[in-house]
Amino acid sequence: MVDYIWIVIALPLAGAVFLHFFGSRLREPLPGVIATSTIGLGFIYALIATADFFAGTGEAETVHLFDWIAPLGANAELLWDPLSAIMTLTVTGVGALIHLYSIGYMHGDARYGRFFTYLNFFAASMLILVLADNFGLLFVGWELVGLSSYLLISFWFHKPSAAAAGKKAFVVNRIGDVGFLIGLMLILAEFSTLTYGTVLEEPARVITTGMATAITLMLVLGAAGKSAQIPLYFWLPDAMEGPTPVSALIHAATMVTAGVYMVARTAALFELASFSAAAVATIGAFTALFAASIALKQRDIKRVLAYSTISQLGYMFLAVGTGAYVAGIFHLFTHAFFKALLFLGSGSVIHAMGGEQDIAKMGGLRKIMPVTHFTMAVGWLAIIGIPPLAGFWSKDEILAIAFGEGGWFTFLWVIGLITALLTAVYMTRWMYLTFWGEARWEDGVHPHESPAVMTAPLLALAVGSAGLGLLNTPWPFKPALEHFLEPSFEAIKMAHIPSGSTPWILAAVSILTAAAGAWFAYRKYQGADAFDIAPVMPRRTGVWRWVGNAYYVDDIIGNLIVLPGKLVAAWTAFVLDSEIIDGSVRAVGGGVRRIGGWLRPIQTGFTRNYAAVTFAGVVGLLLWFVTRGVG
Amino acid sequence: MAELVLFIVFGIIAVVGGLAMVLHPNPVHGALGLMATMLSLAVFYVVNSGHFIAAVQVVVYAGAVMTLFLFVIMLIGVDKSENLEERLPLQRQLAIGLGVAFLVMIALIGGNAWITAPQAATEPNGSVEAIADLLFTEWLLPFEVTTLLLIIASVGAVALAQFDPRKREEEE
Amino acid sequence: MEVTAGWYLALGALLFVIGASGMLLRRNALVMFMSIELMLNAVNLTFVAIGRHVGDLNGQVAVFFVMVVAAAEVVVGLAIMIAVFRRRASASVDDLAMLKG
Repeated sequence: MVDYIWIVIALPLAGAVFLHFFGSRLREPLPGVIATSTIGLGFIYALIATADFFAGTGEAETVHLFDWIAPLGANAELLWDPLSAIMTLTVTGVGALIHLYSIGYMHGDARYGRFFTYLNFFAASMLILVLADNFGLLFVGWELVGLSSYLLISFWFHKPSAAAAGKKAFVVNRIGDVGFLIGLMLILAEFSTLTYGTVLEEPARVITTGMATAITLMLVLGAAGKSAQIPLYFWLPDAMEGPTPVSALIHAATMVTAGVYMVARTAALFELASFSAAAVATIGAFTALFAASIALKQRDIKRVLAYSTISQLGYMFLAVGTGAYVAGIFHLFTHAFFKALLFLGSGSVIHAMGGEQDIAKMGGLRKIMPVTHFTMAVGWLAIIGIPPLAGFWSKDEILAIAFGEGGWFTFLWVIGLITALLTAVYMTRWMYLTFWGEARWEDGVHPHESPAVMTAPLLALAVGSAGLGLLNTPWPFKPALEHFLEPSFEAIKMAHIPSGSTPWILAAVSILTAAAGAWFAYRKYQGADAFDIAPVMPRRTGVWRWVGNAYYVDDIIGNLIVLPGKLVAAWTAFVLDSEIIDGSVRAVGGGVRRIGGWLRPIQTGFTRNYAAVTFAGVVGLLLWFVTRGVG
Repeated sequence: MAELVLFIVFGIIAVVGGLAMVLHPNPVHGALGLMATMLSLAVFYVVNSGHFIAAVQVVVYAGAVMTLFLFVIMLIGVDKSENLEERLPLQRQLAIGLGVAFLVMIALIGGNAWITAPQAATEPNGSVEAIADLLFTEWLLPFEVTTLLLIIASVGAVALAQFDPRKREEEE
Repeated sequence: MEVTAGWYLALGALLFVIGASGMLLRRNALVMFMSIELMLNAVNLTFVAIGRHVGDLNGQVAVFFVMVVAAAEVVVGLAIMIAVFRRRASASVDDLAMLKG
């Protein structure tokens, strides 16, 4: 079974190739059905292949497909261990549901087939990323998901904002990739191979702590680009220009978690470089807080969720930086469910509202969209951390471990707790403005519940968001996920939840914080029921103006980095190229032309003139003979 | 002594024939002058023991080539006298000046020594056998290549002569 | 008085200059062509004379090749002239000045 694990990659890849050539000829919803079944079959295959790990008898296996760059240890080899297994299950499982949802969501789109081509292509790329057995193949997947992300963000490329958002995501990711690539080259220089097995088995034998720090910091830069962390987070909110299933699949559930996965995969290196690990945790905590604060004042239904995603990814970074790899992967796993759920739910709302994305113009959708509302409520409770839903278990495990580490991590715990409060506030605001209160729709909007093909995935994801937290609960079972992932982190010293009564107290604090935040937001927006949106969205003053404009980060980057770049480009294009380079070329041409003009009268066209000149040449030769005395 | 007489008589004929060709306004007369020059040169070839070459000179040059010239002159109908007035500025002065300069410099070189190599003891044997011997041994390849040249020339001549611009314009 | 090779060379030079002058002075394409033939003949004379002087038959072989080339040239040249005459109805090379710069 494991020997043929490449089938999981090959299925969506074959789907993408097939749909690329025939997708536009098939009638709706056939391309969607094909794409959904390829990835669905992949999920079933992966589930069966994981069975040994569930039973606790499986061992990590590498599957050699073919030689690629054998001297660098970068062959087409797949690694099947619990970590890649859970990533594969997340990608295919959540992916299959989102594919299914897209069948309904993309209904009537002119490029219906092309959308599923890209979606399948993304799934194949992401599976290459998570199943790779070496950094070379990982990088291939890394770049391919970047490509498919670009294609899908600018899927509606006729909108200039979508095209620009795609470019922005692509360029910002390239910046991170530079760091990632430098990290890979350092690994290659030090270890002479890119294979995980050699590099990650006791790296202390080969490299010093300093080199490990350099390598890991470079890897972190790449991870920050892909996972939208400070300083490279700002592409993700713009990525919401893509169709909503794309936001759910790529920019919430799977691709953006690649950075977290990569840090967890290279845990052995981070263990050696404690400074880098602390840096990862710090970046994560501050990103979480920063993005959560911005989310407080966003009006776009998807932008709130985008900043929320950045914030939640910050939690995952905090976890893997603290050494709580299982907690990080656990949160990645649960977040994939509830964030995909929230995104798909918002897509359902946008679908119902006829494309409206401003939450100030929604409200009162609870009765009209009961299924969507119910599932959204599950997602809402999950993300703000109310037990027993999934988010509570994963987020609180992270916070408890950070608290237990002490020192600097206690400070990060405080930040994480504040973030939890803000999360409760902005998610409750989001829920309230969208579903509760009175309707503030614009004229001519007639909301309706979405079709079953869209609500079924919502329900499935809601079940996952509600129940999957129990996978790693200390009670009533033993922490199953930790046990499951053990083979992948055998050699790693992991941080654990502090023992005794501390976790209970911390959990109580978290729940109280979340409840307080939710109550505060509910009260604040309760009085704002009106057709006039002014009370809902008061004029922003003071610090709220900064928050509402996302701290003007885009403007700062635009003026400090993009503008000088554009000026240099403009200078190169309009001065260097068109004046200096073209000018010199024109000068040469003009000079030749002018000299030609002077010489032109010599060519009289009369044959006898030419003959006379030839004869003059003969006489001149004779003259040379005479004067040199040769004769 | 006999050679001196021959040189003077046929030298005068050759120069007069050449001048007639250049100066006579009627091309037919010019062609006859050139024929006279070529026949004189054939005589000089005989004197210089080039019997085969002399025969070829008479048959090919004076015979075939000059006949061809006359034929073309008749064909294109310019056997009338033409106006010798020069219309290109400076051309006549240039031609005469260059010609005189050429002769002066030849005279300068010749005044020094016309030829520096020592005189050979024996005269070359210009018989058909001797020439053939050289042509078919030492110069075999160039000789064969000339056949190629002649074929190309005759094919080219046929192609050029067939080209009739008026007919082509009508077709178009 | 013995007639040496030098005499023939002088005569060849004179004939060559006559031919060259014809090239430059006459505008009738046929006469220009005949002038070229005269120049070739002048050079042939020097070949034969020098060949005799040094006792080498190769001079005469060279003359033979020049004749062949001249014959080929005349054939093509006259064909060109006929083609031009058909179009222009004139044998004057001064009328053919379309390549004027």
